[in-house]
Amino acid sequence: MSTATEAKSGGFLSGTANYLDERTSIAVAVKTFGRKIFPDHWSFMLGEVALYSFVVLVLSGTFLTFFFQPSMAEVHYDGSYAPLKGAEMSIAYASSLDISFDIRGGLIMRQVHHWAALLFVSAAGLHMMRVFFTGAFRKPRELNWIVGFVLFILGMAAGFSGYSLPDDLLSGNGLRIIDGMVKGIPFIGTAISSGLFGGEFPGTEIVARLYSVHIMIVPALIILFIGLHLMMVVIHKHTHYSGPGKRDDNVVGYPLAPVYVAKAGGFFFLVFGVIMAIAATFTINPIWNYGPYDPSPVSAGTQPDWYIGWLDGALRLAPSNLDVNIGEYTIPMGVMLPLIVSLVFLAAVAAYPFIENWVTQDKREHHVLDRPRNAPTRTAIGAAGATFYAVLWAGASTDLIAINFQVSLNSVLTTMQILLIIGPIIAYWVTKRACLSLQRKDREIALHGRETGRVVRLPHGEYIEVHEPVDEYELWKLVDFKDYQPTMVRPNKNGKITFGTRIRAAVSKIYFEDRIAPVSKTEFELAHHEHAPAIEEKPAAKPKAKRKPKAIAK
Amino acid sequence: MNQEKPLRRRPWAAGLVIFLGLALSGGGYAAATQAVKTEEVSTADQISEGRNLFLANCASCHGTNGEGAIGGPSLIGVGAASVDFQVGTGRMPGQASGPQLFKKPLQFTQEQISAMAAYVASLAPGPAIPADEYLAGNGDPTHGGELFRINCAMCHNAVGAGGALTQGKFAPNLNGVEAKHVYEAMVTGPQNMPVFNDSNLTPEDKADIITYLKYVDDNQSVGGFELGAIGPVAEGLFTWVFGFGFIIAITVWLGAKSN
Amino acid sequence: MSELEKVYQAGLATDIERPIKDPGIEPHRVRMTDKSEQHARTAEKQVALLFGVSFVGAIIAIWGYFAFPIVAGDLSATRNNTLWMGVGMALSLLGIGFGAVHWAKTLMPDAEVEEARHQARSTDEARAQAVEVIKLADGESGFSRRKLIRRSLYGALAVFPIPALVIFGDLGPVVGDSLKHTMWKKGTRLTKDPTGIPIKASDVTIGSVFHVIPEGLNESEHKLEEKAKASVLLVRVNPEELNEDPAKADWSYDGIVAYSKICTHVGCPVALYEQHTHHLLCPCHQSTFDLANHCEVIFGPASRPLPQLPIAVDAEGYLVAQSDFLEPVGPTFWDIRKES
Repeated sequence: MSTATEAKSGGFLSGTANYLDERTSIAVAVKTFGRKIFPDHWSFMLGEVALYSFVVLVLSGTFLTFFFQPSMAEVHYDGSYAPLKGAEMSIAYASSLDISFDIRGGLIMRQVHHWAALLFVSAAGLHMMRVFFTGAFRKPRELNWIVGFVLFILGMAAGFSGYSLPDDLLSGNGLRIIDGMVKGIPFIGTAISSGLFGGEFPGTEIVARLYSVHIMIVPALIILFIGLHLMMVVIHKHTHYSGPGKRDDNVVGYPLAPVYVAKAGGFFFLVFGVIMAIAATFTINPIWNYGPYDPSPVSAGTQPDWYIGWLDGALRLAPSNLDVNIGEYTIPMGVMLPLIVSLVFLAAVAAYPFIENWVTQDKREHHVLDRPRNAPTRTAIGAAGATFYAVLWAGASTDLIAINFQVSLNSVLTTMQILLIIGPIIAYWVTKRACLSLQRKDREIALHGRETGRVVRLPHGEYIEVHEPVDEYELWKLVDFKDYQPTMVRPNKNGKITFGTRIRAAVSKIYFEDRIAPVSKTEFELAHHEHAPAIEEKPAAKPKAKRKPKAIAK
Repeated sequence: MNQEKPLRRRPWAAGLVIFLGLALSGGGYAAATQAVKTEEVSTADQISEGRNLFLANCASCHGTNGEGAIGGPSLIGVGAASVDFQVGTGRMPGQASGPQLFKKPLQFTQEQISAMAAYVASLAPGPAIPADEYLAGNGDPTHGGELFRINCAMCHNAVGAGGALTQGKFAPNLNGVEAKHVYEAMVTGPQNMPVFNDSNLTPEDKADIITYLKYVDDNQSVGGFELGAIGPVAEGLFTWVFGFGFIIAITVWLGAKSN
Repeated sequence: MSELEKVYQAGLATDIERPIKDPGIEPHRVRMTDKSEQHARTAEKQVALLFGVSFVGAIIAIWGYFAFPIVAGDLSATRNNTLWMGVGMALSLLGIGFGAVHWAKTLMPDAEVEEARHQARSTDEARAQAVEVIKLADGESGFSRRKLIRRSLYGALAVFPIPALVIFGDLGPVVGDSLKHTMWKKGTRLTKDPTGIPIKASDVTIGSVFHVIPEGLNESEHKLEEKAKASVLLVRVNPEELNEDPAKADWSYDGIVAYSKICTHVGCPVALYEQHTHHLLCPCHQSTFDLANHCEVIFGPASRPLPQLPIAVDAEGYLVAQSDFLEPVGPTFWDIRKES
């Protein structure tokens, strides 16, 4: 890209640049984007991890498509793995075994693909949590939150459809669980199941159909949504953390070229390298261990990949004997209850930005991120949601928890059921209290400075600990945050109090009743007035060791 | 981010310990396998020695004539295989009461165990200690694998890594278990394991299963470290702890200012 | 308050005057590499070294590919080429990555700069122009004016996607009563899974568990589909411990009972049988069934007991089915209880 700017200097590069620009106006793009500013923070890299994992998935997946055959026709295996030699299996499974054992580089690519998939979804999840806890989803980014949410769901879909392709015993039992869940949907369940499997489970269609989903439909959608996601990042410009010089109308950071080209470009290689290093040394999904799919056997420890785990956990935690009979029809609540709970949870995640905005009615754009402590209720809601998800997730490994900690499987499950209800409540309360305490601490430091541990005796005999005031950069970070207060129920223009108003007032009370306001100018001056000047260390008198005079490196 | 380091260090250390433990115990089992003698025909001397050992060590729970008592079930008809399995794996004499007996260090020599087995076998006919031809692991691993998946994998996991049962019971890990004990467990059905008699799984079938387990034991994992062969849960945890451990460390380095 | 904030209402936000003014971006700290050319040169060498590591890594990966060709039946070759190609490629990738980032951190400028940000909302002028364009297009096309066109278009647009849905109708056959029947019928012998060898009642000793398929399954055209419904678990329990439903008293034979192996929750094989407790545990979601008590659900998310297969003994002493299952096996669905 930088070639275009060198057009004047002559030579091959400038010739190429000139050729390109005369046909594409690329100079405008380089001029516009070349020095775009990106803020720097480690947590801003999580989304990039997901993006790069996806690129790795496309690269390794393309290799795999050259060798994988999505057919469920039966063959007798004749490859290198002795304990399956001669066994009857589908072509899909046999070709997956061949990729693993009889094609050089096949196993490393399979392992890269699978590890990258696990990393992709977890990076997307962590990125979502970062966005949530810092309030990056606020206006103007609500739509991008939805796009990201869809990407997370698509990531799960891509993962599950790929997990099922090798047609081994583990993935076959996974499909069987999906079949059982689908059949449980009232009225249309059995028809959907028939459409999915091309008749009765397992049929001979599902692998080829999932293959289309896995290598075409879902990746195409992911690419489309990644495009939208990044386009909006360009339109909005990246958020930045609160701090001196960082405002809602600017963006502070480093230019794309050269710093971010090197950092983000290098980071792609680092993510790929970490995945490759793991894939080279740790085996993942050793499909040869599970054997070909057969509806009769099952292996202990039959679990989905981690990102489907929370749904599997939800299925495990449903109470017994919940089926509801309506006339001659049945609703299997052992399936429907987990399904409904999961869907409600997802809907709440997707809707959160709109819910919070409905409460605050804050129509401004927000580009400076909240420190999580400065939005205690949101942070507490996030912690509760994360706990809920985590319990469901842990619920999917009840049997492994039981055997590894030598406790009863039944008591593990019962404990999880209780935790699923109580856990989020505790997490909410603890997090909110913790945030408020941290805010109080911030206030304390802003008003009175840091405790130095030095105790001084004043001339009139009083003992006092010396507090060292923080410098203005740090002070700004402590006092510059957005603060809200609960609303009161007021009649609207027509003099009526609507139901919505009442609800909003009540919710705003939950959100903002317990609040620690940022330090105001009056409070600050009052606090400084109270102290005798002799006690306070004067900031001007102390040499600021940490801060060096401004110097711009060239 | 300051907590990152200790968090990353601990699982590493635990992993290392587990790995070393597995490696050592695996070696121990390999050594033990070679030490097994061929079964001798029991003599009257052996039976009487076995009876003495039984009276001293077992009779308090199983009754003076093996008829069973409050603490333990009747041993009449359980056969030599049962004694050889229970005592030979250290499960008997039992220690604490609980949902299930654990494997322990052996309390008797193989000679003493054989003597007790001969005594219990003399009480009534029952499953005998298997002949060596079924234990060598030279059967058909494909057939053995298929039988293992159908009859055993639901409790013991597809490669014998073990699994949980109800109310604190569990199916133990089979890696490194002596072929003889695997065979004896199938014919006697220890504790809550069902019995797989010779008309269900013929001695040849059992030999094939043993062959499959031996293959899994003897062959190094092709794709690298196995993470306990317990499936996707271990893989997911690994991604979060190590995969993200590395990557977050890198992002922190990447975002930190250089000196 | 910034310009952006003045445009929109602030809702419940409070307006508190900050104690100090925004001091602006923190001053830049000079790095060692900015101060001393020697440090800069060291950094340059480090970056080059990392790129060199990458070069070597790629060579290792190529070597790994050619040094360990696949040997039929020998998995150590696969293990070695997987390891060495992986390690080589990892080094090659990490070398470039660490090199590039180290370069950026030490030698590229690290002073923070700022760029103005503009609100997402277009200017009033642009918006007005956009409205003009739409009005113009509307007027020229007559979209609002010509109701007949507009409404018929809506109608056409509403119906045109329906063929695209209908066309998927043949994804699967219409579900008849296939879910309610299995291969079992009167006189079908119980045979061992997977060999298909018939089982005599005398083979099934107390405490035994047999994994059972119907006779002829291995020759069936739809083997897996039939197996997915017809798998059965055969157990012999001491008759005194068996609490049988009087109506089903003749469904068992001398303590030998046969139950469907397909979980009534979502269909995993419920195959974990505990000999002494007579519990059957599903390894997928931990539904537990009490075999001694008509396989009723005693734990876990299932609701329906496992269906029992009525069995008898034929003249030669082999176990046979008395009939098909009398209720559907497997996961519960909407019209499972409806007579078909």
